[in-house]
Amino acid sequence: MLAREVVEELVQVLGRENVLTEQEDLLTYAYDATAALKHQKPDVVVSPISTEQVAEVVKIAQRHQVPIYPRGSGTNLSGGTVPIQGGIVLSMLNLNKILEFDQDNLTATVQPGVIIQTLNDEAAKHGLIYPPDPGTVTTATMGGSVSECSGGLRGLKYGVTKHYIMGLTIVLANGKVIRWGGKTVKNVTGYDLVALFTGAEGTLGIITEMIVKLIPAPETRKSVLGVFDNLDKAGNAIAAIIRNKIIPATLEIMDNVTIQTVEHFVHAGLPLTAEAVLLCEVDGYKEVVERESVLVERILKEEGAVEVKVAKNDQERDLLWLARRSALPALAQKRPTTVLEDATVPRSKIPEMLKIVRKVADKYNLQIATFGHAGDGNLHPTILTDVRDEDEMKRVHLAVDEIFHGAIALGGTLSGEHGIGVAKMDFLSLEFGEAGVEALKALKEALDPNYMLNPGKIVRRD
Amino acid sequence: MSVYDSLDSINEELHKCMKCGNCQAVCPIYKETRQEVGVARGKISLAEFILSGEAEMTEGMAERFSLCTTCMACNQNCPCGVRFDKIILAARAEAVRKKGLHPVKKIAFTALKMQRLFDFGMKTGSVFQGVALKHLPHKSDRLARMRFDIGIGTEKVFPMLAKRPLRSELPEVVKVKNPKMRVAFFTGCMINYFYTDIGKAVVEVLTENNIEVVIPRGQGCCGIPASVNGDTVSARALARRNLRAFERLGADALVVACSSGGTAWKHVFMELLENDPEFSALAKKWSEKSYDISEFLIHKVPFKKEGLGRVDRKVTYHDPCHLNRGQGINKEPREILKSIPGVELIEMKEPGRCCGMAGSFSLVHPDLSVKISDRKIADISQTQTNTVATGCPACRLQLQSGVENAGIQEQVMHTVQILAESYRAGKKGSK
Repeated sequence: MLAREVVEELVQVLGRENVLTEQEDLLTYAYDATAALKHQKPDVVVSPISTEQVAEVVKIAQRHQVPIYPRGSGTNLSGGTVPIQGGIVLSMLNLNKILEFDQDNLTATVQPGVIIQTLNDEAAKHGLIYPPDPGTVTTATMGGSVSECSGGLRGLKYGVTKHYIMGLTIVLANGKVIRWGGKTVKNVTGYDLVALFTGAEGTLGIITEMIVKLIPAPETRKSVLGVFDNLDKAGNAIAAIIRNKIIPATLEIMDNVTIQTVEHFVHAGLPLTAEAVLLCEVDGYKEVVERESVLVERILKEEGAVEVKVAKNDQERDLLWLARRSALPALAQKRPTTVLEDATVPRSKIPEMLKIVRKVADKYNLQIATFGHAGDGNLHPTILTDVRDEDEMKRVHLAVDEIFHGAIALGGTLSGEHGIGVAKMDFLSLEFGEAGVEALKALKEALDPNYMLNPGKIVRRD
Repeated sequence: MSVYDSLDSINEELHKCMKCGNCQAVCPIYKETRQEVGVARGKISLAEFILSGEAEMTEGMAERFSLCTTCMACNQNCPCGVRFDKIILAARAEAVRKKGLHPVKKIAFTALKMQRLFDFGMKTGSVFQGVALKHLPHKSDRLARMRFDIGIGTEKVFPMLAKRPLRSELPEVVKVKNPKMRVAFFTGCMINYFYTDIGKAVVEVLTENNIEVVIPRGQGCCGIPASVNGDTVSARALARRNLRAFERLGADALVVACSSGGTAWKHVFMELLENDPEFSALAKKWSEKSYDISEFLIHKVPFKKEGLGRVDRKVTYHDPCHLNRGQGINKEPREILKSIPGVELIEMKEPGRCCGMAGSFSLVHPDLSVKISDRKIADISQTQTNTVATGCPACRLQLQSGVENAGIQEQVMHTVQILAESYRAGKKGSK
């Protein structure tokens, strides 16, 4: 339980209306979008409206040794925002302004509570885009997605969040404010703290402002769908596209379980017997898109696709994408609990990874559908289960364990885009050994010696 | 087991929610408050905590469950197909069972149940309303503001009560020569007491199409204000009364011009009375022949196009939540508007976003209701139109208040009024 004076001090800084203390409100900050995770309600929820207020909150928390859990929309999938030790939830949603659009330097300066789609809409007015596009683009905040380093569908060609963050304003654990990076493309002054804080899941400092890179919107785009009756052929097709020097904006894959589920859900005309479907989109100047889409079509055929469809217009494109966009909703409606993983492997290993997932599903008698971003090796094995079934949940945990091992054995990583949070903390040494875990800890303790910021995430305190 | 009888009935519905938070993208309340309790995911979690015994149904909980306009935008955006409208009804009914009904609502719903007393009050009210309401000079509508604050502010603009309620003004059966059909009209309270102009337009359009209209005198409140606030007992009493009244006079079909009334006849009466041996079959029978007026005029009896006169209006159409998402009716009103000569239909940004009225929600959360409405009004003013059409008298009230306070020149009307206007213009032209 929090001392009453802590709440009083918070109220003095933020005003009564920005400090929530009633049970009925606190309970709604006890979870995020992560499945099958223990919930914990905070002692207080505060909503600052400036960097200065965030710094004051951090100082109060330091004085009273209360943990702080920064939170955006709470849409992450690794328990990154669950206040597992109680304390203060710092809701960044009222810091929600786009502060500047700089068309000469192609940057935007935004506060952490801005929703990604809001930035996209604003960028579109200037003929620009902010490429990172996680599935939660209409709900997730910029602060959250920078802290988790979100990926999305366009990773192959455009990279992920970290490639678009140029500068940050950060409140450190000691309450001091630093600004790092800026609008210059080149900057080697000191350590690259912008890179460090991007993807740090709020465990090292609290981001209160960010300068992001924008790029010109591609002139046009074209989608091609390839249906395969064999996983290896689909894998070879992915490699062949890249080998032919084509870098599609998106290159997605769906496995047979996903295809069957999706087909029953939306009737998009996918053959139920197909082992894999590849969905590829190229974008850029009209002439380039024309040339590349013809090439993609030819490569898919050469690599043994049993069927190839090229979208002739926006309507046909939307139809092709309907299946892919429906993958998660269709799967989510089959069973009450959806465990969505994001193990990632080098793209050449995709067929092998898919086979590992299938073997695991058979071994533990689970329904696992896999879809994902084939172009960048980021797969989403999706386990359909019911959190109320204890026996099945045990098997789910064993299966997840084995999927992680499989991905790392293939030279991959635990998490491509969802983050470590609490969900994958125990697997870290698997990827970079005890020495790696110690290095993480040394970093954490250098910047947050009292484990005040999002404690219990990524790094465990002894 | 119905959602009105037990919180357990929504157990499976709750388990469907995977807490992805997609509801945040469309919730009109969350957009304003940015607090998790405002959005479906927050209230779903609260219901789960109550069911698991981790939390109790407190008055504070009941207050949080009142934070929903039941606009159903979250239903539509939910990847897991969660029916949040069912969850909120069950939670509110549970709150009433455990904590009782808010005293003001209790008085209000009891009054609605006592139809004759209610009717007398509304008629007397039309004589004395000047005491509390200040009439606003307005070109076409009778509008007023509260003279003093009774807890809902003095900003809200209300329509004045009609001098005579619609059902007193019109005969119980409006006959036509050689009728091709006999249709019963469920007026709903707002059309009966405030917006009699909508009711008259419905009758005008139906008779113009050679249809005999029956307006049973014994009808009363649809009960939706009671059922959405958890007062299941009152809602059931009202459902039975209405079914009896319409069954007594009989008709080939039933029409409504109000999205709550339509929802009541099509769905809610059946759900409320599913275990009632006497009334469940009756509720089903009438549900099958209930139509929103725009739906009726497009699908059941296509309205006649000859005789439509020119109406010079630039119109934008607001989709009422319970007509659009609740009954799937959004093309029909637009089709009617587009077929009227002289009408130019200009879509606003997000025509399906809630106006923030939501019945008693606007009385319990007046500030929030106005904030939601302000976004809508801003979208409307962007269209540079002179008329807002909609299919629900409650939306009309909210939009009217909004445009009045924003000082923009927009007339707010029901779609069927514009159609009636066109028939009138057609007659004038041919004479």
